[in-house]
Amino acid sequence: MHELSLCTSVAEIVTRHAAGRHVVAVHLQVGQLRHVVPETLTFCWEIATRQTPLAEATLDIDHVPVRIECRTCQAHHILDTPLLHCPTCAGHDLHLVTGQELHVTSIEVDDTPTPPDHPAAQPQE
Amino acid sequence: MGRFHRHDDGTVHSHGDGDGHPHNHDHRDGRPTSPAGPAGGHGDLSGYATGAERIQVLEAIFGENDRLAAANRADFDAAGVHVVNLMSSPGAGKTTLLRRTLEHLCDHLRLGILEGDIETSLDADRLEGFGAAIALINTGNGFGGECHLDAPMVRSALPRLPLTDLDLLIVENVGNLVCPAEFTVGEHTRAMVYAITEGEEKPLKYPVMFRAVDLVLVNKTDLLPHLDVDLDAFHTNLHAVNPDVITIEISARTGTGIPAWCDWLTNRLTTTSHVGAR
Repeated sequence: MHELSLCTSVAEIVTRHAAGRHVVAVHLQVGQLRHVVPETLTFCWEIATRQTPLAEATLDIDHVPVRIECRTCQAHHILDTPLLHCPTCAGHDLHLVTGQELHVTSIEVDDTPTPPDHPAAQPQE
Repeated sequence: MGRFHRHDDGTVHSHGDGDGHPHNHDHRDGRPTSPAGPAGGHGDLSGYATGAERIQVLEAIFGENDRLAAANRADFDAAGVHVVNLMSSPGAGKTTLLRRTLEHLCDHLRLGILEGDIETSLDADRLEGFGAAIALINTGNGFGGECHLDAPMVRSALPRLPLTDLDLLIVENVGNLVCPAEFTVGEHTRAMVYAITEGEEKPLKYPVMFRAVDLVLVNKTDLLPHLDVDLDAFHTNLHAVNPDVITIEISARTGTGIPAWCDWLTNRLTTTSHVGAR
């Protein structure tokens, strides 16, 4: 639901790391516990980057599954529902190994010149 | 087990563990992100005929929010004020609960309310007259308003509150079961209001929110005789996603359970050294 503000934050991070270079792609890790809808994120990315130097940058979203380690029976599982209990022993004392990620992992840049008539490189608040 | 991987064109596939796939399929606009090349997987730069270069970033998207949340927390601690982030779906009864809370606690504690609302001051208006310090944050900014309060918004409102003169500050978040759970604002305690009219399954549908809180107030219990709701099923579902959570059954309308909630709040203060010292 807050995909637009996520995209604004992503654009700020990417702009800082790109340091003026042309960005081709942005790679994200999004844990499945994050309530982020990929299609909405992509749509909002197009809005958030329109008429900015990031307008041509594609979003590549790597969805990270919910992996748990049960502290009761030490079993490891990947959960495909948000029901946080151990499929082996039904215990609730779980260590969440993955599934809460929300990171910009990397960006791809090349030497294509950014058109000089672009508005300011800083994304709008 | 491979890692799930969804592309903008809707295709979904997985990566084998430790084995990046050749990233030569089309993205949003049909351009290959990286041209087909030998072993042109994630992290491999050899396949980029165009001179594209990968820059490692590994930065949390909420990093800026978390930095400002830490700054807020430092300010709260320095002022000796305990901060509660109060969340719920729209209409669960947060504002009615806060009126009751102010009635009960205003004589004993110095209270502040930070009121998040998308467009109006209606909620803040309902809380006037109890002697509490109230600051309003309207989150509306063109796109219909943000769906949550975040750390920068709360930070911008802090100059309008006499923090050092407060014992307890309650942040009434925007009514929403999804987004507020994702954005810490620097609070010490997270609580939520769940109304029994919302259905027993809500903890399973919104586990991020129900997992994030220390306390759930089960509100509108005065309606129990009129509803088919199964409260045992709710508690089972709640503890499936948050085994350690505390619950208090209340009716903000009739006042039932409000003393227990106020006692719990007061105990949170006295067990927090920075406030208890005063």
